[in-house]
Amino acid sequence: MSAHADVLIIGAGPAGLNAALAAAPSGARIVLLDDNPWPGGQIWRAGPQASVPAQAQRLREHVGALNNVQHHPQTRVIAATGPRQLLVEDAERGWLIDYDTLILCTGARELLLPFPGWTLPGVTGAGGLQALVKGGLPVRDQRVVIAGSGPLLLASAATARHNGAQVVGVAEQATRGAVAGFAAQLPRWPNKLLQAFGLFDRHYRTDSHVVEALGTERLEGVRLRQHGKLVELACERLACGFGLIPNSQLGQALGCTLHGQALAVDAWQATSEPGLFAAGECTGFGGSELALVEGTIAGLAAVGDRQGAARHWPQRARWQGFAKALNHAFALAPQLKQLARPDTLVCRCEDVPYSKLAGQRDWREAKLSSRCGMGACQGRVCGAAAQHLFGWQPSAPRPPFSPARIETLLCLDDTPPA
Amino acid sequence: MPELTLDGRALRVAEGTSVAAALALAGDGCTRTSVSGQRRAPLCGMGICQECRVSIDGRRRLACQTLCRDGMQVETRA
Repeated sequence: MSAHADVLIIGAGPAGLNAALAAAPSGARIVLLDDNPWPGGQIWRAGPQASVPAQAQRLREHVGALNNVQHHPQTRVIAATGPRQLLVEDAERGWLIDYDTLILCTGARELLLPFPGWTLPGVTGAGGLQALVKGGLPVRDQRVVIAGSGPLLLASAATARHNGAQVVGVAEQATRGAVAGFAAQLPRWPNKLLQAFGLFDRHYRTDSHVVEALGTERLEGVRLRQHGKLVELACERLACGFGLIPNSQLGQALGCTLHGQALAVDAWQATSEPGLFAAGECTGFGGSELALVEGTIAGLAAVGDRQGAARHWPQRARWQGFAKALNHAFALAPQLKQLARPDTLVCRCEDVPYSKLAGQRDWREAKLSSRCGMGACQGRVCGAAAQHLFGWQPSAPRPPFSPARIETLLCLDDTPPA
Repeated sequence: MPELTLDGRALRVAEGTSVAAALALAGDGCTRTSVSGQRRAPLCGMGICQECRVSIDGRRRLACQTLCRDGMQVETRA
């Protein structure tokens, strides 16, 4: 079983959906792959406890109605199997897909930093809790503490509250000055200012960070440092995320140059690899508005409509300004590198404690001596944490990019020997 | 409203509910036991961390990205 796409898009969040929409009038055969059950990405995640904005509904319906766009939900990329060919897998089967042009819209994940107790059931990412609640996780009458950094903390708090949770604390590590400075710039992006008003939480504290998750079998409370003072709050859930980091692994495996942790792109959203474009959070965190316009530019450029693509440059520049202000305000404080104790697990797949990593020379040495990053998540959580804690550059991922079934790998049997 | 079985326990959930959510509705929400014996629950909620891998009808799937379907058999200690 194999298939061909003129334009293959990986990721059906705001960037991927808009890329499909922009590329579709060319008549190109477009295939849109996404690992979630529904399109919309993390920001527009659907579910029994989610409210998806009207704009997102319209975009999903619009893309869904396009005859030349084929959407494969719950589908992951397992390997790059040849020039312009990927091995993919859904819940039922695996298959090879050839493409002429590829657009990576693989989004971002949360930076999850290890702290004592973070492996206890009841502790999640900040965006992680929001995603789980949208999918039906019950939080009614539960006490929830949200900690970490960035606007996602308030968005997660709002979703939890909307579904009946009692949000007893929101701890933002950034200083009051940094957050106030960012807020003062929001009138430059009026819809963001309105969003911020809607999300405000009276338990929001700046200069505050998690110290320890408390409990034995599961989470019972959290110890926070608020303005230098230790405080303890009893809670059933702790949602902790330290901002977003780009999902650049697939691009990296395909040879794309990185800019920092993100995929480097030019004005056309083209990566360093011919025929390979990237848009949205995998090119750097900037929010859904930036992802949307980048998706449009990538979709148009991918089908050769450079004139059309260039018309969207001013809009992209506007949202890049927002992204810059945001990333500046929520830069992580150095003390967050000191949260883990020697026995705190850093790699949750292989249960590798901090003490086995401190003192290693680099990521490769740490992996070889401790199995850190060699479990099911392939270092997506601990590799990013180790990069933040120790400055180790993770190596480009090797296939399979995510756990795959043997039957899927057997698809490779169809390919002629090299 | 799909009805599924979670570690031998039957549960009916709202349409569109994730298996991760169903596990929390039916019990303690845990999904697996770590290599050193700790019980774990979903962490990232978006298909990255693999903490929520469970056995669904004999196949290893991520509970956070899988929707409940009628007749599903979910095992967290497989």
